Amino acid sequence: MNYGIVSQDQLEKIEAILEEKLVKLGVDCVIVIDMAGNTITARGKGISKYDVYSFAALAAGNFATVDAMAKIIGEQEFSLLFHKGETSSIHFSKINDELLLISLFGRDISLGFLRLNVVEAIDQIRALWA
Amino acid sequence: MQGGDILSFINVRDKVVQIKIVYYGPGRCGKTTNLEYINRTYKKQIVSEMVSLKTHGDRTLFFDFLPFDMGKIKGYDIKIQLYTVPGQVKYNATRKLVLRGVDGIVFVADAMEKQREKNIYSLNQLHENLQSYNESIFKIPLVMQYNKIDLKEHGIPILPISVLQKDLNSRLKVPFFEASAITGYNVAATLKKIIFSSVISIQKKLL
Repeated sequence: MNYGIVSQDQLEKIEAILEEKLVKLGVDCVIVIDMAGNTITARGKGISKYDVYSFAALAAGNFATVDAMAKIIGEQEFSLLFHKGETSSIHFSKINDELLLISLFGRDISLGFLRLNVVEAIDQIRALWA
Repeated sequence: MQGGDILSFINVRDKVVQIKIVYYGPGRCGKTTNLEYINRTYKKQIVSEMVSLKTHGDRTLFFDFLPFDMGKIKGYDIKIQLYTVPGQVKYNATRKLVLRGVDGIVFVADAMEKQREKNIYSLNQLHENLQSYNESIFKIPLVMQYNKIDLKEHGIPILPISVLQKDLNSRLKVPFFEASAITGYNVAATLKKIIFSSVISIQKKLL
């Protein structure tokens, strides 16, 4: 149970950052989840297309699995987690020990450009806890 | 928790509460069967497909996931997220991952006589796994389900409830149900009980 990790005020600021940095860039959908698989927030035009709750549960499981594999081979973590598809791709990024940022995007956005924006968004989100 | 200090999975603006309930127990005890029965019976309330990550042999590999809406409590939409863990002994690392952030647990015990040791082992491991998240099996909402009691009619030796209670519930003293996940007997009763206990527990933590 992750009581009290995101306040309502922080949530609104996170959403503003996601809109500014990622939705405007043209990502299909950006979702912030906690490591238990709960959806904190989802933005972007894609959210009505997808089953966000199931997606969050699977994404948390996926991230946790990869993280556990990293530990087994003596890595702290794998910093890049990315699944590339024919038309849609998924990018995972850790915000902190409790939160994950997941971006779903199409072919019109390059991975490099997306990563730059994700890094900036995460820096701004982390600053909310500073 | 007061004022602006609002919680993650309780979204005050959208008035949504997400509750994570995990079905835990030894291999082949009927965790997935519980979820399949719920999925069939409450189809109308379930908007998503049940997600099952399983092996070719139909054994749960990672987890099953079944989300559904329970309606409103005090104006909040309650979204229940049911998970199972993989029961096979070798999958403890993944069992642990699924337990992260759990709000309530149903321990599904296999009432067949020959499974007696496996139930005890699984419950002990649940205790250890919860400790790794600084949770206590004595504090977390928990319901016992003694599954497969229908097998008695087929002449298969079943442990008496008194034995199951002594083995698994003598110290925990949590609510328990005899059940048959395959026929649906007491599946809904178990689910209602764990939802009720979890909601109460979350409310207490908020006060």
